[in-house]
Amino acid sequence: MAVDVVAADDTDDQEIAADAGQEQGRGNLVSSIQSVLHRYPALSPALVLLAAYVVFTFLGDGRFARLDTTGRMLQQTAVVGVLAIGQTIIVLTAGIDLSIGVIAIFSHLFMARLAMNNGWPSILALLAGFVAATLFGTLNGALVSKVKLPPFIVTLGTLNIFVALGLIYSQAREISGDDLRGSGNGLLVWTGKTISFGSLRITTGVLMVVVLYAVFAYVLSNTAWGRHIYAVGDDADAAALAGIDVNRVKLSAYAVAGLIYGIGGWILLGRADTASTNNAGGANLDTITAVVIGGTSLFGGRGLIWGTLLGALIVTVYNTGLSLAGVNQDYRTLAIGILVIVAVAIDQWIRKARK
Amino acid sequence: MTDTTDATVPAGRAGDQPLCELRNIRISFGGLHAVDDVSVNLYPGEVVALVGGNGAGKSTLMHALAGAHPADSGEIWINGQPVTIHNPRDARTHGVEVIYQKLALADNIDAAGNVFLGRELRTKTGSLDDEAMASATQKVLARLNPRFKNLKTAVKSLSGGQRQSVAIARAVHFNARILIMDEPTAALGPAETAQVRELITQLKAEGIGIFLISHDIHDVFDLADRISVMAQGQLVGTVDKNAVTKDEVLAMIILGKRPEETTPDDIAELTS
Repeated sequence: MAVDVVAADDTDDQEIAADAGQEQGRGNLVSSIQSVLHRYPALSPALVLLAAYVVFTFLGDGRFARLDTTGRMLQQTAVVGVLAIGQTIIVLTAGIDLSIGVIAIFSHLFMARLAMNNGWPSILALLAGFVAATLFGTLNGALVSKVKLPPFIVTLGTLNIFVALGLIYSQAREISGDDLRGSGNGLLVWTGKTISFGSLRITTGVLMVVVLYAVFAYVLSNTAWGRHIYAVGDDADAAALAGIDVNRVKLSAYAVAGLIYGIGGWILLGRADTASTNNAGGANLDTITAVVIGGTSLFGGRGLIWGTLLGALIVTVYNTGLSLAGVNQDYRTLAIGILVIVAVAIDQWIRKARK
Repeated sequence: MTDTTDATVPAGRAGDQPLCELRNIRISFGGLHAVDDVSVNLYPGEVVALVGGNGAGKSTLMHALAGAHPADSGEIWINGQPVTIHNPRDARTHGVEVIYQKLALADNIDAAGNVFLGRELRTKTGSLDDEAMASATQKVLARLNPRFKNLKTAVKSLSGGQRQSVAIARAVHFNARILIMDEPTAALGPAETAQVRELITQLKAEGIGIFLISHDIHDVFDLADRISVMAQGQLVGTVDKNAVTKDEVLAMIILGKRPEETTPDDIAELTS
């Protein structure tokens, strides 16, 4: 009897396939697309990016497809790209971080001012910036995991606190890249250094972002910590019953994200070539956009870090492509908004895939 | 009431050392005594069923042993030694494994990932040893459910029986000495239920002690050696399965009376 029931279960698919009329055949195709997309969360953003690239290549006057345009797009994506690594880790734990941009801003101000105004050696100023960002992330994590406040509320609060700290600390004064280079602190803007491959020009910052993605892709899929990040976001109760210290995993996720924002601050300093409270203003929401378009579920537990990189690139490609096609800024923003909603709708649909 | 527990230990066992003893366990939620001074024990190779109505406190009592909800007071003894269990990790170090009613699986992670969740195998470099975990999982699943093939899919897309197999595999692989099964067949079809019953018999033969929480009186009589009945947080009594009838156990559950306190009228009323 056991054999019968289980065997019937296993042959379900073939039976359906064999009996299916045209109507059911179409249903099967849709559901198998659904299931493939479910299994490979980075596949749909990869297809969207490819499609966007092809469309814009043929749509415009040829400028889009040029290598210098590609290089510029990569440079434009670097800051949001690196910050979105931290956002992805937090979203995988079913959290959210609204204080990303301001942590990066504070850390780049801190680095620049320690070096310029306090005479710290640039390497120490740089490390101090990383430490400050890690501590800010840890504060978020402690409020989420120990005080048990919702991540949205915690980071909404710390968003304002960190903005204020940045303004108070810097007295809203800027420090330019030239000042830093002139005072022997070129290390702090080293991430903006150009590297050319023919007409493809990127920066050391872009390379760092790619390396960071590779590192965190490995960590998330090949370490116990990475697996626990997924498990906690998937079902925190089940994770706890499996013996995982859920609070410690959450705390560590926010702390690691903080360190990534610190590195993001360094890349921001090179990219903007100035330390200013006006930099990276939209980074908070842009990272969430990248994560969502990249196929990571805001409910936690499902998604891939590479999807986020694709998501960040998609936003840049859309912006650049539409811009080169003569679409003005307002309509580009409109298009990105629609893209986000479509991405979430597709995510919901994929989540319904059973097999 | 608790002194009667020893009197009902099966003959020939009375001199042995229990595998596990819960002594005078109390757990309160606010003013409610969910578990009120309950003592039960378990011998190697024995199945002790915990039965009682909803809210009788049987799952809560087991949560204390599993570390899911530590007891407010009372003692837990394992192999004649007092132990402290504050969390699921502590329970596991003492060889206590649990199969929860809701299975406690991470839906988006595959079978091997779930079996080893929280206890991942690592290579020398510290990264996850997915191959070793997959082959160990395959080995243990082959024993439980020979037709289980979907090792690489997220457990969310598995059938109820397959998910159950994963949950059991997790407990079995780590050489549990004490197994808590909370309604292990509630979500299963007849064939899968038969598999679980067979497995319980097999685990018993290996000397594992099992606390079985169940609503199904037939399961209880088929599988258990002793039956501990709880009502409203208290232990009504522990009886030897062979010394009681199903009606007497029902009377314990519903009336909260031990067999010797039950009158023929009580039984008549229950069965009418």
